[in-house]
Amino acid sequence: MSQIVDETADRPAGEQARASWRFLKGHLREYGILFALIAIMAFFQVATGGILLKPVNLTNLVLQNSYIVIMAVGMLLVIVAGHIDLSVGSVLGFIGALAAVMIVNWDVPYPIAAIVCLAAGAVIGMAQGFWIAYFRIPSFIVTLAGMLVFKGLTLWLLAGQSVGPFPPQFQLISSGFLPDLFAMDGFNLMSFLIGLAVAVGLTLLALRNRAAQAKTGAPEEPFAFFAGKTAIVFIGITWMSWLMADFRGLPNVFIVMALLIAIYSFVTSRTTTGRRIYAIGGNEKAAMLSGINAKRLTFLTFANMGMLAALAGLVFAARLNTATPKAGATFELDVIAAVFIGGASMAGGVGTVVGAVIGAFIMGVMNNGMSILGIGIDYQQVIKGLVLLAAVIFDVMNKKKG
Amino acid sequence: MATLLEMRDITKEFPGVKALDRVNLKVEEGEIHALVGENGAGKSTLMKVLSGVYPHGSYSGDILYDGEVQSFRGIRDSESRGIIIIHQELALIPLLSVAENIFMGNERAKRGIIDWRRTEMRAADLLARVGLKESPKATVADLGLGKQQLVEIAKALSKDVRLLILDEPTSSLNEQDSDKLLALLAELRKQGVTSILISHKLNEIRQVADTITVLRDGGAVARLDCEGGISEDDIIRDMVGRSLNDRYPERDPQIREEVAMEVSGWTVHHPVQTDRVVVRDVSFHVRHGEVVGIAGLMGAGRTELAMSLFGRSWGRDITGTAKINGHVADLSTVRSAINAGLAYATEDRKTYGLVLDDTIRRNVPLAKLDAVADGVVVNGAREAEVAERYRGRLNIKSSSIEQETVNLSGGNQQKVVLSKWLFADPDVLILDEPTRGIDVGAKFEIYTVIRDLAASGKAIIVISSEMPELLGITDRLYVMNEGRFVGEMPTAEASQEKIMARIIKSGDRVK
Repeated sequence: MSQIVDETADRPAGEQARASWRFLKGHLREYGILFALIAIMAFFQVATGGILLKPVNLTNLVLQNSYIVIMAVGMLLVIVAGHIDLSVGSVLGFIGALAAVMIVNWDVPYPIAAIVCLAAGAVIGMAQGFWIAYFRIPSFIVTLAGMLVFKGLTLWLLAGQSVGPFPPQFQLISSGFLPDLFAMDGFNLMSFLIGLAVAVGLTLLALRNRAAQAKTGAPEEPFAFFAGKTAIVFIGITWMSWLMADFRGLPNVFIVMALLIAIYSFVTSRTTTGRRIYAIGGNEKAAMLSGINAKRLTFLTFANMGMLAALAGLVFAARLNTATPKAGATFELDVIAAVFIGGASMAGGVGTVVGAVIGAFIMGVMNNGMSILGIGIDYQQVIKGLVLLAAVIFDVMNKKKG
Repeated sequence: MATLLEMRDITKEFPGVKALDRVNLKVEEGEIHALVGENGAGKSTLMKVLSGVYPHGSYSGDILYDGEVQSFRGIRDSESRGIIIIHQELALIPLLSVAENIFMGNERAKRGIIDWRRTEMRAADLLARVGLKESPKATVADLGLGKQQLVEIAKALSKDVRLLILDEPTSSLNEQDSDKLLALLAELRKQGVTSILISHKLNEIRQVADTITVLRDGGAVARLDCEGGISEDDIIRDMVGRSLNDRYPERDPQIREEVAMEVSGWTVHHPVQTDRVVVRDVSFHVRHGEVVGIAGLMGAGRTELAMSLFGRSWGRDITGTAKINGHVADLSTVRSAINAGLAYATEDRKTYGLVLDDTIRRNVPLAKLDAVADGVVVNGAREAEVAERYRGRLNIKSSSIEQETVNLSGGNQQKVVLSKWLFADPDVLILDEPTRGIDVGAKFEIYTVIRDLAASGKAIIVISSEMPELLGITDRLYVMNEGRFVGEMPTAEASQEKIMARIIKSGDRVK
């Protein structure tokens, strides 16, 4: 590990710092969002007198935002492909209702119900994607219709009532924590070790990537910047997992979320499928003339979104331990806002999964922090709206400058 | 007659290109002045300078109009002086009525409230003046192109036009509508309206024009007076008469016996106006190692032919057969066309060729992404290696393969498009206007690439509106006009005059 990865590491410190600063200025768009999250967290940590990062609150923060993050991952793909999905909030509510009716009213075993729900979500996504991809009906309209339809179907399915509670095993999706094999008192060592392993793994991966880059050409990032970034990620993950281990360990849903983020990051950045979705969003005509089946990929993007909305629906229902007719209302706006704060472009072709997740947590931390501070819901909305606007203005200005 | 307009020493430069070089244009009051020249000669640029699309200060030289030097800052300025331009693509709003279109932006209104009675009455007057028997309430989309053209002229008249500029007004009209339009221009001339007519149809120009200015390569090369009678040959000679020195790389064609691609009876209908045949019964072939050119004017149907071959990307009700290497090829989708060994590099690289926000590295392998992937996982190193290889081979001037293609010059963007198709490794490569809008140096590089590809046994089809280019780089030429192939000749026996003559004669034969 002590081996120097590339020659830029040999340069004197002053030059390193200047190169890093130049690089950061050139790539504000990509990293600005991460620094914004860190800054916002630091602000609320101080403003709330340390409550924000208390283990119990941190765990809560993750649980509160899990369903938004899950949907943001799918929405990122939809928006990158040049579309939008307004129906996800309603689909989330509908799937929660479906799960409740099946499990509570009909006594369907919960694993079967969960599978049926995920499949139903995918079918809903396909039904919408079909019109969007093959008949070129604007996604805004198709999913606006979907939003109304599934809101209505939720009401119908629940007959206007809340249905619950769920069996305890089902609730564990949201309220369960990773069991600790070491069974220590008050500290979930297992969870901490997993966090540490992930942090080490990510660091090794980053080093390997940089070594590969050095082989094919000069790495883009200056060494000091690379080292700093990797260190922040390493320390951040280790610290967060320490904090959560100190409460009850890693929540189950956190594991699900982390897996989704890892899988979808990989799909979007490294696979041919991901690459093609970006190409469609960037220039659909050019993509089609390059032999890319834009229709099928658009269709699949919506099917995927439907499935993730269904997963979020299960998580949300399990968390509330009941399905209500109002579940999911306006969630689509939070999800879309998260993706745009995370640097995606309305025109398509731009955006990252990690950006969307960070965007979701920026919104989440602000919600949480402002609630702790006792700021009224009225001001909270105004502030969140302004942050969304500022993030996108920043993005657009930055792009013009470049 | 007094001089209405005089443009003196107009020079307009774009980065890397001199579009207009000290052009002089003099138009007398009450005449029809024709402006002719090949595509890219600078006609449209000159008219954009005149109408203020390129504002005062972005060009050098003077515009004298009505005896005064003008400095138009936009279309509004020139329109307020009675200079109205009607573009080839009509600027009508299809779902609004004729009357609404005529007074668009110029509404008959009092304090923001439209006076519909006055609007329709005035519109009816104007329609009568242009000889269009339609209700002012008719929807523009329901009218044919010829009638829409008349609505445009009525709109110009509503603005008290003194100098009417028509850019290829008859290019999409049938003969009857064209004659009507030309008669109207003659009628307006009597009423004192001066016109500038941009057209490729020399027979029409002879019919109505009083004076002709010929542009070539951004310069005005001749001013012809039509009074004594003038032949089409004279005009053609002035249009194309340019020397061909070594603007093209030397080559020693090695054409093989085997036919790489053979198309027969290819017919394509317009995707919307389904009764319109855009490509009619076209047959051609190209051999391995051969460079074949398709000459013709804009709108001849060449791009439509190419795109309909390439995965049916244009048109509908496509009939005919295409063989590649002797076997009937499945060209039903772009993917299958690529797999069959065909590639098409578009004429419009920004709209159809590149993902502009993406880097060179991401654009180059796009048509054959599987080749840089292990299974479904893109191998970054291999991708970079491929992009780097083509960046070197085609000399793409850029900071690195990580540069976004939107920031490249036209020539280098074109090289990225070419790289993409070279990497897809087709047997037959169709290049549509491969050097449009790029500078001379980059053109030479692209010609060299074409030569080397042919030498390696690929079959190349070049579509170009620049005839010297076709004469310089091809082995054999097809001439296309109005959807049909109207001539075929070895390049060695071809000349610009011959090609033009084929085009014009085929146009006459239809009549």
